[in-house]
Formats: sequence, C-alpha cells, structure tokens
Amino acid sequence: MNATIPTDYYLWLSLALFTIGVIGVLTRRNVIIILMVFSRMWGSVDGQVFAIFVITDAAAEAAVGLGIILAFFRNRETLLADEMDMLKW
Amino acid sequence: MNAHPFFLGHVWLIPLFPLLTAAAMLFIGRRLNNSAVNALCCGSVFASFIFSVGAFLQLIALPSEERLVTSVLFEWIPALPFHMLNGRLANFVADFGFQIDPLSCVMILIVTGVGFLIHVYSTGYMAHEGGYYRFFGYLNLFMFSMLILVLANNLVMLFVGWEGVGTCSYLLIGFYFHRKSASDAGKKAFIVNRIGDAGFLLGIFLTSALLGTIRFAEIGPALAAGHFAMGDPLLTAIALLFFVGATGKSAQIPLYVWLPDAMEGPTPVSALIHAATMVTAGVYMVTRTNAIYQLAPKAMALVALVGAVTALFAASIGVVQTDIKKVLAYSTVSQLGYMFLACGVGAFTAGIFHLMTHAFFKGLLFLAAGSVIHALSGEQDMRKMGALSKKIPVTYWTMLIATLAIAGIFPFAGFLSKDLILGKAYEKDALLWAIGYFTAGMTAFYMFRLIFMTFHGTSRVDHDVEHHIHESPKSMLIPLLILAGLSIAGGWLSWPEIFGGNSRFVRFLEPVIATTQLARPEPTHGPGSPHGEIYLMLLSEGLVVLGICFAWYLYIKRTELPGKIAKSLGGFYRLVYHKYYVDQLYDALFVNRAKDLGLALGVFDTTVINGVGVNGAGWLTRFISSLSMWWDTWIVDGSIRLGSRIVWLFSYPVRLIQDGLVQSYMLLIVVGLIGFLGYYFYLGHHAVR
Repeated sequence: MNATIPTDYYLWLSLALFTIGVIGVLTRRNVIIILMVFSRMWGSVDGQVFAIFVITDAAAEAAVGLGIILAFFRNRETLLADEMDMLKW
Repeated sequence: MNAHPFFLGHVWLIPLFPLLTAAAMLFIGRRLNNSAVNALCCGSVFASFIFSVGAFLQLIALPSEERLVTSVLFEWIPALPFHMLNGRLANFVADFGFQIDPLSCVMILIVTGVGFLIHVYSTGYMAHEGGYYRFFGYLNLFMFSMLILVLANNLVMLFVGWEGVGTCSYLLIGFYFHRKSASDAGKKAFIVNRIGDAGFLLGIFLTSALLGTIRFAEIGPALAAGHFAMGDPLLTAIALLFFVGATGKSAQIPLYVWLPDAMEGPTPVSALIHAATMVTAGVYMVTRTNAIYQLAPKAMALVALVGAVTALFAASIGVVQTDIKKVLAYSTVSQLGYMFLACGVGAFTAGIFHLMTHAFFKGLLFLAAGSVIHALSGEQDMRKMGALSKKIPVTYWTMLIATLAIAGIFPFAGFLSKDLILGKAYEKDALLWAIGYFTAGMTAFYMFRLIFMTFHGTSRVDHDVEHHIHESPKSMLIPLLILAGLSIAGGWLSWPEIFGGNSRFVRFLEPVIATTQLARPEPTHGPGSPHGEIYLMLLSEGLVVLGICFAWYLYIKRTELPGKIAKSLGGFYRLVYHKYYVDQLYDALFVNRAKDLGLALGVFDTTVINGVGVNGAGWLTRFISSLSMWWDTWIVDGSIRLGSRIVWLFSYPVRLIQDGLVQSYMLLIVVGLIGFLGYYFYLGHHAVR
C-alpha cells in the first residue's frame, strides 16, 4: 500500500509544536526557559529546504538570544521576564 | 643740545638719577639689604649733585646775559590752537623741557646738596626702622619731583613737579601709617594742598588764556607785547591765584595748618621736605613768575602782608610749643613768611637768598632735633629733656650754630639774609618792617628757649631713658657738621656792600629778575643811606640779643617764671597755646561742614538714590516680573500643559496595554492572531455557504 505519511500529520505536528511553544513562551517567567520553548516554535516550520534554513537561523538566534540574556543579567541581576518591564517608559 | 657744554646739555639727567633708583626701590627694593639701598639711593642723589655742580660751573662760565639754557626733550602736550582772551589765535603747547638759569641753578644745588646730606643722615636715623627701602624710594621719588619742579621750563611741567612733591610729602608724612595720627596728618597735608593747587591750576589756565604761553622764557616778552598796564586786573588775578597755590605749598595763612601736623613724618623728612625744599616751592614759583607779580602791585602788597603776618603769627605759636619738632615747624612757617615778605616788597633775590640760608640752618635744626630724639629713644617733649649739652656735644654745638643762624646773629647766614629782607621791607613800608623786626626778636626767643630747655638747666629726662642717651652715629653727625659749616658761611655768598662785599649771590640771581625791572619805576638801593642800613642792623641785633637774654632769664635763671607768666596771662596764653584755635575754627567752618555735607549726601543717597531709585526700580522690576511669571505659569505654560493633559487623558486606554512585559505583548499578538484567524475562517464558512 501506500506507505507515505499523509501531509495532515505534518501539519498537525507542526500545529502541536507551535502551540506548545506559544503556551510555553506565554506562561514561563524564566527567560532561559522562554528562549528554549521559543526555539521549539521553529520546529513547526515545514518544507525540506526551509528546514535547512531554520537550523542555521535557530543556531544564530540561540547565540544572539543567550548573549542578550547574559548582558541583561549583568545589568539587572534577574532572569524573570515580568521584571523586565523597562520598555514601558 | 650739543651746542651747550656737557652738563648744561644734560640737565635732564639730574632728575633722572633719583627717578631710576626710586623705580628700583619700588620693584626690587624689598629684596635688597640696607647697604645696597644706601648705595643706590644716596649714590643717585650724589650723581645729581655732581651734575648740578657741573651745570652751575658751566653756567657761571657763560656771560651773564646768556645764562638761560633750555633743553626740550619732546613736546608733551602737542600744539592745541585756542582763542586767547583778546581774541587772537594761539597754540597751547606744554614741553617736556628743562631750563637752567641762575634761579633754577641755585635751587638744584640746594635740593641735591641738602638732599644728599639728608639722605646720608637718614641711613643712620632710619637704620632700625621697618620699610627702609620704601622710605628711600619715596625720598628719591621726592628728589625727582622737586628737581622737575625747579627745572621745568613751563608752568604745566612745574605743576607736575608741584603735584609730585605733594604726593611724596603725603606718602612720607604717613610713613608710619600704622599710627592714625600720622595717616591723618598725611591726608590733611594732601587735602589742604589741593585747595592751594586748585588756585594755582586756575592761575595757569588764566595765564595761558591771557598771555598765550606757559613757557617761563616767553612770559616776559608776552607781557611786553601785550602792553599791559600796571595793575591790570587780569594779571592781578593771575598773581593772586598763583599766590593761593603758594600759600598751600609754602604753608602761609590761611593754609599753613598742615605743616605743624606734618611733623608726624620721620625727622629727615621734616628736614628735607618740610623745611629745606618742598615748602619753599611757593617762594620759588612766585620768584619764577615775578614778571607777572611786578605788574600787579596790589597782589604784591597782599603777598608781603600775608608773609609778614604769617611770620609773626607762627612765631607767636612757636613760643609756647613744647614739642621740639612743633617749635621748628612753626618756625619754618614763620621763616617762609619772611621769604614771602621779601617777594612782596619786590626783593625776590633776597627771598631766594633767605630760602637758601634757611635750607641750611633749618635743615640742620631738624636733623639736630632728630639726633636729640634719636638719643632720647624717641622723646620729643622738651619738658622731658634738659642738660643734654655734655652728653651729645656734637649735636649740641651744631644745633647751637643753626640757632644762632636763624636768630640772626652776625655773621651767621641767617643774619645776612634776614637783614637783607628787613632792609628791603623798610624801604617799602615801615609797618611791614616793624612786624618782621618784632618777629626776629621772637624768633631769637623761642629758638633759645628750645636750646635752653633741651640742652641746659637740669635734666628732666625719664629715668629709664637717661642711661640710654648716646651720641648719634657718624653717618648722622657728618651731615650735621657740613650743614653747620654752611649755616655759618652760607650767608657770606652775598656779603653786603657796606661791609666791603659785593652781594655776589644777589647779583648772580639778578638776571632772572632784571628782565622785568623796567616795570618797576623806582630803582632799589639801601634804606636811605649806608648809615641807615647799619643802624637797622644794629637795631635788630639788639632785639635779638634781648630775646636771647629773655629766654635765658626765663628758662635758666628763673625756671618757675614761665608757669607764672602763663597763669597770669590766662585766657591769652590758652589762646596761643591752642594755636589760636585755628584748627578748631577750620573744623567748625569747613571740615565739619564738609562732613555734614557728606552726611547729608549720605542720607540723600540712602533715601532718595538707594530708597527711591535703586530699591524702587528693584521693586518695580520684581512686580513686573511677578506679573510676567503669572502670565508665563498660567497662560503660556498652562496652554501647553492643557494640551498635554488632553493627550494624556486620551492616551489612557492605550497606555493600559503597554505594560512593558514582553509576554503580554506576545499574548496580545497570539490573541490577535487567533481573532484574525477566527474571523477569516468565519468569513470563509459564510462565503462557502
């Protein structure tokens, strides 16, 4: 029989990963966790060529994101997202 | 300039030497030790003296009518055209120029010669004083100013020197500036002199306006060209204005009050400035402008009268003074009176002759008095002296010689000059002669009173001062000895004709006067006959001896008598003792009125200028600015703040969602995304259906 996996499955997996990512980003306080689950959202991206791009992109993002977090921690000594509210002003 | 022999062509160097050392004292004096100051300051004056002697020798080598050498260094005030009083156009020019003629030659010899001796004396007298370099700097500056005064070839430059000596006088009277009496005396001298100087300055203006020149050499020709009548009112005005200046500088009634107070200065200053040189500047100035005076007989009469009255008046105060320097100060005022008496009766040369002899013997008297004060550790009160003749013999003998000279004992210098004046006065007016004659007796009395109280009788010296008494150092005694020699022989320069002399000094000065001799109708000669002259001399000698004997009787023989006499005279004694209350009178009439005016102006200042003007303007500015501030706060700022407040109000809901939390923004994005997606699917469903 046809042994191929139907496209719907990819889409549902993508949706699940994306939703988990969004919920994680919205609910966690620690920015490292947020960065981590944010990376999961990349997993929802489809297409073989795009996947290659995303691997590169994700690596870059992780490096930049961790750099920002490190710099921020040195200044404010906190990793909690709800204490990072200076943009308001 | 090279046309003249060296010294005559380089007259300008004479004032330059002391100026340079005065400047050196000003800039580096603090860093020099006393011997360097001595070398510089005495050396410069000695150089001036050498140049003066050189100029004198070269001047007398010239024929008598060529004895006027002018050297103009540059035009100080360049030509300014102006209209003279007679409407003609003239140029106002003030040279920086020097003139040397017999008169200025005599003056520079006196100034540099006596000045040098006093400088040397000061090295001993001031040795232990603070501000040593400052003292010598001022003294040199004085020498410069005085030499400018006597060497000037025009009135304005004379005035420069005139003011310069006034300034130095002020500085030196107030030399002990930490003593209030000294600084007050300095101010008094300065202010009283300003009154005289105002007159002198007006006189210079009027001279320029009337004659169109201020050069001495051109005054005579201008007078001749102007065809002025004898007693011309404007010339009389000039002469009187000049005399106002002379009364200030030369301490004559009514402006003599500063000179006694000037004794607050160090004693060498009293000798140099307030006896020998500066105070005689008035006599010099009157003699220098004698051409004008001779056309103003009324002014001359006033000069003679003021001189005679001052001579008598000051002598009478001198009789009762107890401060050794005050006696000499009043004596100086009195002797200056003689000089003006001489000028007033037309005997200008006799006035200058007395000026010279006076410089010798009065300079010596002051220096000797300084030596006495030095010996007594600063004591000036003659009531605390006595019996000093054995302890300080050189001072005693030199002072005695000077006293004999000023008293007018034959043949000391003072006798010859004073009797020359009295003789001339007798020719003119018996009353003037009588005043001068009587004053001569008083002079002998108060001077020998000074000698007897200081050197003879019993010692009244304070016990703790007594064993410190010492003769002064050589640097002080040698000037005393030289001046003593001059006090004896200085008068012989003009040995009178009746004693077989030739009046050489007076003849030497004659050219300065002779140019205007035309104006004077009657030629001068002895009083009636040679016998008359001898007779007058014997008369005054008799009075002088009487005065000395009287002093001896009162202050040696019957020492209790002066007190009794003072008591029996009562009110009159107190009047004289308090100097006729002239200071108090001036205080009441002028000084306190000036102070009242100052106070009134002060009140005007605080109430009107300060109260109404300054404070009013300040209040008004504050009031206007408060209005402006209200407008600014409520209208200008208010309108802006109103606008911003409205924006702020409307922005309230927007601000609610901007909480700065990255997760809430994300939530909004997600909610928005879901909303949009929901809407999209909703629309999609309906469209499909």
